[in-house]
Amino acid sequence: MGQNMQLAEEIRKRQDAILKDWMAYQVSALTLRRDLVKESELRETSRQFLELFSEAIGVSTDTSSPSWKPVKDSLAEISQKRAAQGFSPSETATFVLSLKQPLFDLVQQRVGQDGKRLADMLWEFTKLLDHLGLYTTEVYQESREGVISRQQQELMELSTPVVQLWDEVLALPLIGTLDSARTQVVMENLLQRVVETGARIAIIDITGVPTVDTLVAQHLMKTVAATRLMGADCIISGIRPQIAQTIVHLGVNLNDIVTKATLADAFEVALARLGATVSKAASTS
Amino acid sequence: MAVLRDELIGLRSMDDMIKARQLVRDCAIFQGLSLVDQTKIVTAASELARNTLVHGGGGEMRLQALNDGPRRGVKVIFADRGPGIPNIELAMKDGYTTRGGLGLGLSGSKRLVNEFSIESQSGKGTTVSIVRWK
Ligand SMILES: Nc1ncnc2c1ncn2[C@@H]1O[C@H](COP(=O)(O)OP(=O)(O)OP(=O)(O)O)[C@@H](O)[C@H]1O
Ligand SMILES: [Mg+2]
Repeated sequence: MGQNMQLAEEIRKRQDAILKDWMAYQVSALTLRRDLVKESELRETSRQFLELFSEAIGVSTDTSSPSWKPVKDSLAEISQKRAAQGFSPSETATFVLSLKQPLFDLVQQRVGQDGKRLADMLWEFTKLLDHLGLYTTEVYQESREGVISRQQQELMELSTPVVQLWDEVLALPLIGTLDSARTQVVMENLLQRVVETGARIAIIDITGVPTVDTLVAQHLMKTVAATRLMGADCIISGIRPQIAQTIVHLGVNLNDIVTKATLADAFEVALARLGATVSKAASTS
Repeated sequence: MAVLRDELIGLRSMDDMIKARQLVRDCAIFQGLSLVDQTKIVTAASELARNTLVHGGGGEMRLQALNDGPRRGVKVIFADRGPGIPNIELAMKDGYTTRGGLGLGLSGSKRLVNEFSIESQSGKGTTVSIVRWK
């Protein structure tokens, strides 16, 4: 273990030089995203990491041993941060992998002519840094998946707001792709709100739905039927001309459903059915 | 006839389907199709991509931008190695479905395009090819 201690000592002694080289590699690696990370910040992160690294290596070269925990924790933090900032996996792993060259230089200077020892030590370092690189990528992957499923969840919730337009009139402006999972949520939300508010008319606006194919049409028809079962009427609005033509060619029959070009048209129909009228207030002079 | 763009993507998930629709729309815009024609080919592609995924158990989509002299068009080919369609004539009928759909995907997409061809062999798979000209 004396050898490890020496190595750790060496890294600590030559910390500034190593840091300088390492930074140069990180910056020159085309992958460094200057738009996403400030150089001064990167230098500080790198310096702290190098300190933890030299402490750990003084104890063991086995990255699965407890002495490496602080190093891994720090890597995990960096990895999560980069994943959230939109770095690619390789851009993220570059951080630790680019430490290879400066460390190899150091080993080379220390071991000098002894070819066998040099090869052994380089191999040791390669394994060690590759492990850390892999670890970085794993954490990155996990946190990316976390980010994505959170975003999907948010989108799902965000994109299904049922709004009350008027006493007894609800509107559901749909935006985005209607896959089956989302449509299920949308439909349930609407029905629940119909029950809660005692609405008599629900308007589903599809202005923001890019493609209306047979599956979307089927979902819409089912929703309309279910809304009727709850005792409310349903109007579909926002059917753009090109969509209307396409639906007709597809052979989908929306004849039983009241459709309107715009949400405003649908609202007018809804008010008329409720016997309500809206007019401009006479100007008072 | 010149093929300007030629892309191949896998159809294995909902995400792939969304990507497929976007690619077809991009290509239709690139070829200068009108908004109505864009919508028609994208909708037809959406149907066929879903069939590939749902009935064919996944497969791939090939997308080509065609230039035939002054004529510009978009060609899309869907291929899977699924169970195949035993009776194409029946499957092409409005309302025929084996999965509780509307049964309008095949017949409807045929009406949305200028050229439509389908080949299928039981146990071997299905290939559907469509073209919409500008
Ligand atoms: N790629 C395929 N592989 C195997 N069978 C298919 C394939 N495409 C279509 N079929 C069969 O043909 C039938 C009709 O297809 P079509 O797309 O017209 O209707 P659908 O998919 O059942 O419903 P939808 O109206 O939602 O599309 C399907 O139910 C299925 O049995
Ligand atoms: Mg279908």
